[in-house]
Amino acid sequence: MSVLIYIEHHDGKFKKSSLEALSYGHVIAKENNMATVAFVISDGRLPVADLGKYGATKVLTYSHIGINESDSKSLASLLCEVVKKENVTWIIFSNTLTAKLIAPRLSVRLKAGLVTGATGLPTKDGVVMRSVFSGKAFSAVKLNTEIKIISVNPNAYLINESPEKPEVAELVYSTSASTIKIKERRLSPGDIPLAEAERVVSGGRGLKGPENWGMIEELAKLLGAATACSRPVADANWRPHHEHVGQTGLAISPNLYIAIGISGAIQHLAGVNRSKTIVVINKDPEAPFFKSADYGIVGDAFEVVPKLIEAIKTTHG
Amino acid sequence: MKILVCISRTPDTTAKIAFTDNNTKFATEGVQWIINPYDEWYALVKAIELKEKDPSTIIHLINVGCIDNEPIIRKALALGGDEGIRVNSNSEDAYVISSQIAAVAAPENYDLILLGKETIDHNGSSIGGMVSEMLDLNLISLSTGFQLNDTTIEATREIEGGEEIVILETPCVITCQKGMAEARIPNMRGIMAARTKPLKIIEPIPVSPLTETMAFELPPAKAGVKLIPADQPEILIQLLKEEAKTI
Ligand SMILES: Cc1cc2nc3c(=O)[nH]c(=O)nc-3n(C[C@H](O)[C@H](O)[C@H](O)COP(=O)(O)OP(=O)(O)OC[C@H]3O[C@@H](n4cnc5c(N)ncnc54)[C@H](O)[C@@H]3O)c2cc1C
Ligand SMILES: Nc1ncnc2c1ncn2[C@@H]1O[C@H](COP(=O)(O)O)[C@@H](O)[C@H]1O
Repeated sequence: MSVLIYIEHHDGKFKKSSLEALSYGHVIAKENNMATVAFVISDGRLPVADLGKYGATKVLTYSHIGINESDSKSLASLLCEVVKKENVTWIIFSNTLTAKLIAPRLSVRLKAGLVTGATGLPTKDGVVMRSVFSGKAFSAVKLNTEIKIISVNPNAYLINESPEKPEVAELVYSTSASTIKIKERRLSPGDIPLAEAERVVSGGRGLKGPENWGMIEELAKLLGAATACSRPVADANWRPHHEHVGQTGLAISPNLYIAIGISGAIQHLAGVNRSKTIVVINKDPEAPFFKSADYGIVGDAFEVVPKLIEAIKTTHG
Repeated sequence: MKILVCISRTPDTTAKIAFTDNNTKFATEGVQWIINPYDEWYALVKAIELKEKDPSTIIHLINVGCIDNEPIIRKALALGGDEGIRVNSNSEDAYVISSQIAAVAAPENYDLILLGKETIDHNGSSIGGMVSEMLDLNLISLSTGFQLNDTTIEATREIEGGEEIVILETPCVITCQKGMAEARIPNMRGIMAARTKPLKIIEPIPVSPLTETMAFELPPAKAGVKLIPADQPEILIQLLKEEAKTI
């Protein structure tokens, strides 16, 4: 029997969140004496054997040719074949947009219980904690099925090194022509994807206008962080919509979230309150965000942020 | 064109989250209920926009839930749905809810089934995918907008690290998010009309759940904010390095 982990990559590198999912899946496999099987769709340039470092005992790489990754039907068919062949009883995804496309479909085909947004490992009885109420609570969910599917929240489980020498199989899958055609794909190369960023610097309406984002970007760059914003900022087109975090935007769970000129409305908090450490910079000492913060600076962002940047440059190298 | 919009009822975005009965039930006292924002602002309004372009369009609304959900179905009718359907089940298991939606949808041959990207209480993001599988339809997940040309759809959807444009034929299932449409408020005429629009109640088909929610938990309370003087940001850097260990 085996644990199957769905591995994603971007710009020729494995996604950090996928390596987290692999580490997570490997722990389940070891506890149950199962194989750790990594599943990758690849153009052949990826160093797939490296997945052994994080516990993969077997790597199945499927050539990307002939696979339409936006066609959840054919992807689900491929995965179902793999599940049968490898005798898979656990399927692990990172809770990414890809997982949201495929995992529910697999759940129905395999009659496999699905837990999305898991925040920890399953217990012996198959109970998994997941994030609910937009990060304001957790629920313990029991999976009652023979095959179990879990999608793990990014940053919820740390990458573990647990070296194995994996058997690598390069495979080809041919599907019938897809009824979904991809007309255009726009990928932003290089950037740290917000959803899986370990550190995030975020700005709100307190920054007054898009022209003032230079210091936010500089701070983010120094910290190796992604940038984000509050909803009114995206609505006013000061920043691109994919940076909007909160109830109606992206929900993120970085290790560090720095909120600058953001009041901390409950709908904003809904997207960021799973961050491990929250820093708030706001000129209003009464701003509600301070109640949810670990560290705070009461002050004018236009004075504090440049000083902070200077301080990092001198102390942090 | 026949559209099914799936709507769920969620606590208002500002509702206090607390639990009763030994942390097994959400504390509903004093909670305001709303249509899940993604379902209302994006899925439903998009359906209404399509009806405005082609008045022969029929919009059905479906909710799987108990009688307490009827006010939100009426509100959706006031915004512009033609007929409401409530499947009388309290289940919170995504597989059971999806099975009910699929059972209603199967004989109706909807051209489009629109859902929100996720419910803001359950955050499962799974019902759209499950329904599409049960009906053997194509799925466009996390769509930020689409255009319909007769039976051809050109949709933008969010993917890891960017977005893409896909082309496909109806029928299909689309989960909707920001960008799809602009939120509206019901007008008086809509509210009056909604009173007489049909709201069918259907008993659920028997389905066994695949998951079971055992209990809820609140996150540990924050220790309280440590304030750092505005003119000494180096202290923050030091704390982030040595205490929080995040940089
Ligand atoms: C159903 C619903 C869903 C919503 N979803 C979201 C969501 O997903 N995400 C989201 O963000 N919002 C969401 N909102 C909006 C939310 O309620 C707030 O209106 C919004 O978060 C406020 O954004 P802000 O903090 O940037 O702006 P403001 O509330 O205007 O706050 C600006 C802050 O900047 C501070 N400030 C001003 N000048 C300075 C300065 N020079 N230096 C330092 N600080 C300064 C002010 O003291 C203030 O605290 C939603 C609302 C509703 C009703
Ligand atoms: N009880 C329900 N009845 C009808 N539609 C629902 C119900 N629950 C969820 N949905 C739809 O499914 C979407 C995704 O929900 P979820 O998978 O729970 O995040 C929602 O945005 C709704 O469109």
